[in-house]
Amino acid sequence: MAPLLAVEGVTLRYRTKEHLVTATYRVSFNLFRSDRFVVLGPSGCGKSTLLKAVGGYIKPTEGRIQLNTTEVAGPGPDRVFVFQEFDQLLPWKTVKENIVFALTASGKLPRPQAEERAMHYIAKVNLIEFALSYPHTLSGGMKQRVAIARAMAMEPQILLMDEPFAALDALTRAKMQEELLQLWDDTKFTVLFVTHSISEAIRVGSRILLMSAHPGQVRAEINSPGADDPDASGKPLSTRIHEILFGGEKREGVASHV
Amino acid sequence: MSDIQRPEMFYTVSTEDFAVVEKPLSTWERLYENGAVRKTALLLILAAAWELYARWLGNPLLVPSFSATVGAFFASVASGALPRAAVYTIRMLLQGYAAGLAIAALLTAFATATRIGADLLETLTAMFNPLPSIALLPLALIWFGLGAGSVIFVLIHAVLWAVALNTFAGFRSVSPTWKMVGQNYGLSKIGYIARILIPGAFPSILTGLKVGWAFAWRTLIAAELVFGVSSGSGGLGWFIFERKNQLLIADVFAGLLTVILFGLAVENLIFKTIENRTVRRWGMQS
Repeated sequence: MAPLLAVEGVTLRYRTKEHLVTATYRVSFNLFRSDRFVVLGPSGCGKSTLLKAVGGYIKPTEGRIQLNTTEVAGPGPDRVFVFQEFDQLLPWKTVKENIVFALTASGKLPRPQAEERAMHYIAKVNLIEFALSYPHTLSGGMKQRVAIARAMAMEPQILLMDEPFAALDALTRAKMQEELLQLWDDTKFTVLFVTHSISEAIRVGSRILLMSAHPGQVRAEINSPGADDPDASGKPLSTRIHEILFGGEKREGVASHV
Repeated sequence: MSDIQRPEMFYTVSTEDFAVVEKPLSTWERLYENGAVRKTALLLILAAAWELYARWLGNPLLVPSFSATVGAFFASVASGALPRAAVYTIRMLLQGYAAGLAIAALLTAFATATRIGADLLETLTAMFNPLPSIALLPLALIWFGLGAGSVIFVLIHAVLWAVALNTFAGFRSVSPTWKMVGQNYGLSKIGYIARILIPGAFPSILTGLKVGWAFAWRTLIAAELVFGVSSGSGGLGWFIFERKNQLLIADVFAGLLTVILFGLAVENLIFKTIENRTVRRWGMQS
């Protein structure tokens, strides 16, 4: 079976005022339909930059990114982003209008059907009574749920999630991870999920790409059973990931806060 | 480190006998919470102070009393002189304002589309924004003659830079996340400006519109004071100037009062309403 998304030898460089920075170096991986594919690495491993490249916001300096065997040329509604920032909802539109706007502006649906689908997905994230509220009246967790509903309503080929729960408090984050998995059970969407939290990667992912920093390079690609189970040698998965990312020495808290 | 042993403690929460949990405020407290009431009270006090001072001074050629000014105001309204002058001024103002906005829109569009456009806008704004419009009037009189053309020219100068500068600064400060969201939907260039950049920059744009309006209003009154006889009828500035020459000082005050009333009305009715329906409702401005 051909992969849905093929990333082959992708090197990403960007220019700051003083430096030319290599964010990732020859990164390759394949994403298949209904994958919950997590890119995990410490800050500075270029994982967000990589996600933006898949989104079409950045052009690779080397290698190629193909979606359904077609080269990714720019941003498009077949790959919808969920960002970390709470301000990703447009404040001048209500919750429902944010979703309707996404559907109509991208030409996916005419207005009546768009409204119907918006309400359907708002119901899925349990925000029916907030459908007509403006984003600034919602809590951080609710805003992220709207952003997820908006992305899912677009029914893209791939959902691109850039640390969507990183700015939430620990309790809300755990709940949101749970909800995301329930939504996945429902519709089996394909998601490319970036995080720096080992436990979140294990919880959310079905497959995890481990990256090292400066510049970002792939260290391993492993399966996750969805829980921190010990393997044959009795080591929990999180310890194994930690060893792969940071070598043998046991150092807590570098990439593993929460 | 403490060696003190402390027992664990548990309390029951009382459900009665609170002095106050929630009680409605008295009428006086509620009135005082209302901004409009507070400001009206201040205005009444100022009017009373004016009246007292004018009576104590007893020289209506220097300071006519508040009551005399109000009387002159209603007399001028009744005679039709003041409304005619006001209509003339407003018509001129709207023409200049609209032309200024149109040019500001063009300039900002050019600046948004290209880097050289941005440089041009920044340079021009840095040069011309500090230049008082009224200082251009003598030149405008030479170029466009004694008439509406010169006034509109200085009005455009008054509006253009404030609006263009604020709009462009607003576009620049639109959250990068919103920009990425907009690009994600594959919006066209025009759609992107109209549906992401303009609403995203609306607080700044509104500030620009307000500042531009105030500049235009001041400039126009000043320009009319210099000349207003273009086509036989003058605006408010000319009304004030003419009445001063006839030593009708109460009428001068009435003219100034009209200028103030228009300023207050536009600020509190038009701009406040726009603000309440947009940036405040969206939580982009508290």
